[in-house]
Amino acid sequence: MKHRTFFWFILPTLSAMVLFIALPIVSVFIQSLFVQHEQVLVVSESCGPFGCVEETQVDTEATAQLREEQPLGRFNGLATYFDRSHLASAEIAEVWRTSTGLSSFIDGIMDLKFYKALVFTLTYTFVVTPLVLIFGLAVAVGVNNLPKAFRGVAIFISLLPFLVATIVGSMILSWMVDGEGIIGATLQNIFNDPSLSIKASTPLMWIMLMVYGVWHTLPFAFITFYAGLQTVPQDTLEAARVDGANKWQTMISVVVPHLMPLVSFVTLMLLMDNFRVFEPLVSFQAEAHAQSLSTFIVSDLREAGNPLYASASATSMLTILGVVILLAPVLIRTWRDFNAKAH
Amino acid sequence: MATKAESRLTTLRVVSYALVITWLIIAAFPFLWTVWGSFKVQGDFFSKADWTNAIYGILTTRETGGAFTLNGYFGAWIQEEFWRNVFNTLVIVFFTVCISLTFGTLGGYALARSGFRYAFWVLMAALAFRAMPHITLVSGYMLPFFEWNIWGLKATTVIVLVAINQPFTLWMLHSFFLNIPKDMDESAMVDGCTRFQAFWNVIVPVMWPGVITTGLFSFLLAYNDYAVTSMLLSKPNETMVPAVASFLGSVQVQGNIMFAVAAVVSATAPLFVLILFFQRQIVSGLTAGAVKG
Repeated sequence: MKHRTFFWFILPTLSAMVLFIALPIVSVFIQSLFVQHEQVLVVSESCGPFGCVEETQVDTEATAQLREEQPLGRFNGLATYFDRSHLASAEIAEVWRTSTGLSSFIDGIMDLKFYKALVFTLTYTFVVTPLVLIFGLAVAVGVNNLPKAFRGVAIFISLLPFLVATIVGSMILSWMVDGEGIIGATLQNIFNDPSLSIKASTPLMWIMLMVYGVWHTLPFAFITFYAGLQTVPQDTLEAARVDGANKWQTMISVVVPHLMPLVSFVTLMLLMDNFRVFEPLVSFQAEAHAQSLSTFIVSDLREAGNPLYASASATSMLTILGVVILLAPVLIRTWRDFNAKAH
Repeated sequence: MATKAESRLTTLRVVSYALVITWLIIAAFPFLWTVWGSFKVQGDFFSKADWTNAIYGILTTRETGGAFTLNGYFGAWIQEEFWRNVFNTLVIVFFTVCISLTFGTLGGYALARSGFRYAFWVLMAALAFRAMPHITLVSGYMLPFFEWNIWGLKATTVIVLVAINQPFTLWMLHSFFLNIPKDMDESAMVDGCTRFQAFWNVIVPVMWPGVITTGLFSFLLAYNDYAVTSMLLSKPNETMVPAVASFLGSVQVQGNIMFAVAAVVSATAPLFVLILFFQRQIVSGLTAGAVKG
């Protein structure tokens, strides 16, 4: 294909991606360097019978005008990144100095908003991803053992939790585990504890969010592995059986290695999607117990009447940095493969 | 010896059946429960005293005279004007799918037929873009969109959804076009067609299976999106998913949680039908990227 033709064919999609994905990232970066104007203060002296008092007032008009003229705010450099609600370098140093041991250090860090969100996001990502891989493979093997007639139905049912909107699926579950809902009430009866409630306990809320995560993404791993199982070479299976391997040994030494490329593909997808966990926290109304990096950004943007663009942008940049670190191993490998092919 | 192996095999089989059945119950039960419960009153849906109430609808019978009631649906669709959100969803989803597929087929075809190094780079960039959390992009849109006065419009959201959709669409259609033999369009070009004529007359007629599969996923992305639609649409332009979420806040206060339940069921029902008819395409689409590597 000629360069010219290629250019015209790729133009619409490339311009959409550059304008609405690449440029916003640049825009986020620029916004993160600025901070909202301070309020314009006017000092006036009012003199009464008991002498003169200096009064400081906010000049609302001038503030509004300044904000209108320079919507970005004033340049602040990287200060937003290190302030109290982000990397909090000063606070960390303080905690480091005053903490008496590891546990008090960790407690001190968990008091900081950003680290709290980061810890939840990472815990969520690294708990849900392996669980989904293991259970997804188990269900795929199970469905593969089913008689052919039932497989279609099994796949149909399995697709539901994955394809329904995250917000809707998590809302359905949140009603069921509510103190008055079927699962919540049953649990209260089993443990004979009427105050047992997910909305009242941080550990329970974390567990519930991760259970939801597994429920929602398991079908993706299952479907991919199931498709992979259809392509396992029958000769190798036969040979393993002839050599006396039992089912379990065959599974570990033949099937799993055959699925390995799929495992890395699914892991990549799961890492990307779990790291941006957002909707379940909205549906479960979890803000009191858990915040992820995404909900952190949204709460800054939703700040009534006065969105904190700088703060949201700084968190966004740090989130993107997190994605890059997570995906770096995969990207480096692709780069090596490509170079190996080229030479 | 043989019997031992046989019996171990059956226990294994039983375990694997049990696992699959457990999973299927976990997957399906929440939906069945909610669909059934959406025709009840709140006292039955959250039946703390006796869970069988939710099945037989004791309170529903007492309050409305029948075991099933459409009160939730009436409240959501008419009183809270959910039909507006349904209409908005239709408009936004329709345009998003059409535009994404048009852009995606052109780009995917070019990438599949170009042997140059930059084609690889475009694909890699698309992969990196696919990894960006949508909410970080949204925080980049807000300020400029407010400044240009295009925040809250349906058209803005359509364009944003199209762009967010592109990386995935591009990868899917690229791998699909790779499977269409090069000879087809090249022989058309030998016969005197331009590249675009070859694309239009030879490739377009045979590309529909791939386009339908990709279209399904564009549809799902636009239909299910919350991060973009909840932040970029004004109240009257809201689609179903953010509307359901804001229902939760407003309706819960008034004690009418059944409106939200009915809205959730209404928003989910089309997906049931979609999976029913297009299960094969969805499964093949999910695995397309993976199995081919």
